[in-house]
Amino acid sequence: MNDEAKEPTQLPVLDQLGLEGSIPMDRRQAIKVMAIVAASVPSLGSCAPEGSPDATSASAARLMSTPKAAGTLWDPDLVNPVVPWERILTSDELESLAILCDLVIPADDRSPSASEVGAQDFIDEWVSAPYAGNSDDLVLVRGGLVWLDQQAAKRFGDGLRFQNLSAEQQTKICDDICFLPEAAPGHEEAARFFDRVRDLTSTAFWTTQVGMDDLQYIGNVPLAQWDPPPPDVLRHLGLA
Amino acid sequence: MRGKTEEEYDVIVVGSGAAGGMCAYVLACSGVRVLMLEAGRDYDPVTETPMFQLPRDAPLRAAGTPEKPFGFYDATVDGGWRVPGEPYSSASGADFMWWRARMLGGRTNHWGRISLRMGEYDYKPHSRDGLGFDWPMSYEDVAPYYDKTEMLIGVYGSNEGLENTPNSSPGVLQPPPAPRATELLTQKVCGDQLDIPVIPAHLAIMTQRQEAERLSRALWPNNSLAQRVTSESMRSRAACFYATDCGRGCSIKANFQSPTVLLPPALATGNLDIVTDAMVREVTVDSRGRATGVHYIDKRTKLDEHVRARVVVVAASACESARILLNSKSGAFPDGLANGSGLVGKYVMDTVGAGVSGQIPVLENCPPHNTDGASGMHLYMPWWLYQEQARGQLDFARGYHIEFGGGRRMPGYGAFGGIESLTKGSYGQAFKEDCRRYYGSFMYFDGRGEMIPNQDCYCEINPSEVDQWGIPTLRFHWKWSEHELNQARHMQHTFRDIIEAMGGKVLSAVQDDGANAIARPGQIIHEVGGVIMGSNSKSSVLNQFCQSWEVDNLFVTDGGCFVSNADKNPTLSIMAIAWRASDYIVEQLAHGSIG
Repeated sequence: MNDEAKEPTQLPVLDQLGLEGSIPMDRRQAIKVMAIVAASVPSLGSCAPEGSPDATSASAARLMSTPKAAGTLWDPDLVNPVVPWERILTSDELESLAILCDLVIPADDRSPSASEVGAQDFIDEWVSAPYAGNSDDLVLVRGGLVWLDQQAAKRFGDGLRFQNLSAEQQTKICDDICFLPEAAPGHEEAARFFDRVRDLTSTAFWTTQVGMDDLQYIGNVPLAQWDPPPPDVLRHLGLA
Repeated sequence: MRGKTEEEYDVIVVGSGAAGGMCAYVLACSGVRVLMLEAGRDYDPVTETPMFQLPRDAPLRAAGTPEKPFGFYDATVDGGWRVPGEPYSSASGADFMWWRARMLGGRTNHWGRISLRMGEYDYKPHSRDGLGFDWPMSYEDVAPYYDKTEMLIGVYGSNEGLENTPNSSPGVLQPPPAPRATELLTQKVCGDQLDIPVIPAHLAIMTQRQEAERLSRALWPNNSLAQRVTSESMRSRAACFYATDCGRGCSIKANFQSPTVLLPPALATGNLDIVTDAMVREVTVDSRGRATGVHYIDKRTKLDEHVRARVVVVAASACESARILLNSKSGAFPDGLANGSGLVGKYVMDTVGAGVSGQIPVLENCPPHNTDGASGMHLYMPWWLYQEQARGQLDFARGYHIEFGGGRRMPGYGAFGGIESLTKGSYGQAFKEDCRRYYGSFMYFDGRGEMIPNQDCYCEINPSEVDQWGIPTLRFHWKWSEHELNQARHMQHTFRDIIEAMGGKVLSAVQDDGANAIARPGQIIHEVGGVIMGSNSKSSVLNQFCQSWEVDNLFVTDGGCFVSNADKNPTLSIMAIAWRASDYIVEQLAHGSIG
């Protein structure tokens, strides 16, 4: 950004970039637009009335300063985010969770599985967060993983854990808890656990690049102009 | 930041948001020496806005938290419904939620940019139905300031000539962006089956660059300084590139926020100084009962400071402004400054909110296309039942508009959460395919309706609590009337009808009891009133120019001055009214009649 900011900074911005129609700018071009706008800001100072040098320098100084975020939860650095809390789940719990994540979203010919994009790590981040709801989820997830192992032993043999079961056996257990309104009596808490893991896995998976590509989400790209929906969309909706 | 450079200013402006920013801009452009005090930190949208950052780059995939209720990337700094060290309370059953933003520009940094003019009915509601209060001025009095505000900040929209939905003057609005597919579908269904108009929304987002020379000359016909700083500022703004939520702020200045649109030209005049981290606690008065300046706590040193001016403009947001006045007690003003009427803190209003979401099968498997647009809505539904209401056919007196959206938006926290009612708890390959099928097929409809002021909705000083700056805090009281509750029920029933007319399935509860449908007081963050204007000193705190009846060099120019809260989101009206008040201050200063 620094190099680009040194370029001539006369606006108009989009015209200068030679963009026409709805050709998307790539990220680099967009950053260039932002850099040019940022670089143009100090010029506001130079348009202060003549004979008021104080105003000129003060305005420029204020606008060129980059007030830093405090780095607190109330005022985090939004441009370079970090997760400021420690992760809580053990490696054994993460291993069990990864299996469950893949039962929720397996790999297929269009995209990888949930664990391949780190869904279990997101759940770890989630349940480790310093908020009441997240702490509740920590208990729910930990308890649910223990419950899965207990079910494995109870239904398929002493000493077995959920991760030792065949896919078919794992599915048998999940089928009992995958839909809360129809959960078997005594399985409600396990169904809540499964529901939460499914929701968190879904968030984790679909927000990754492979998830967004799978859904064919194609926004978050800067456009030089905004066009009406394409004809095939209008036909699909009966609006053409 | 230069900070304070003079011993005494012409005007102190408390607050840097929609009202404070506008007052500072107009006054500084008019040659008035202004000191602005902002309770939050300095903030620069050009360098601090997270443009293009994805949910996956943020903690919790950018989900809302107690510190960031609207999600990680929301522009709000040190704010939300809770501010650390700055408590407030609610009387039993009131349950009020008070949103604050402690940052330069205040809530203009994250707001929804929805910019609807109040209309002729909205300024004279009591004359129309006998409820609430009339404003002391008419729509025609404010209309020129709506034009000026829209030209300055950049608003897209169209002139449809609908009832109580005013047109802007020619050459004022920017062209609205083309509607999205979901919006066109809704427009067709609402038009064909429900007789609900769906028209271009008005948002403070630029679809094209501003015509800097024409606009600055139109805004400031005989003021070369104002023309120069305004046109320079306009030239530094880019048009929207249709990516990144406006709620994050905008580093290319395509939307309106005070620190990119109002404060830079005001600073460039050389007539404005800004002190941030300055928490104002009291307006001081002299023995004649005239305002002399303000006390503030320097948050960095925790020391009390005093600054002096000929005129004090309080624009700290409706309830914060009421709090400052109530805490400004003196021998002449034992119940708080400018409170001879006893009305400071009274008649606080929020907007009535209720929503319904649904799943629309025809939107399933829609061909992939970009639906980001200008982040906010391109179309909306203005209130359409004025005549039915006038004939007494509805069980609530005032209207609402509908905000809606959906479609193939960026997946974020909560993606496909809670779709079990559609999928019967699918998981595995079936769930993956369900997500693909249902992606983009969800829509929501939100009502935003007018609340009528009532005596049970007010704030007062809580005598037993201070904040960490030693300032007595607010306690809120609240009670909706049947008008608001019935309106909220009508909203939900209407949205159910729309979703069903689209062939969709309602996914959220539709209540028959409005008390279960309505959002909590303060939740819509449109709180106004509390320092109401009116036509005399008995029934109001301020005159039509936001000037105190009792202290003629004291003004409250924010939403506190509202005496009604039309369904039109208040920010645009706050700015228009603040501009009008600022012109009046300039005139009065020039005549020597105040200060």
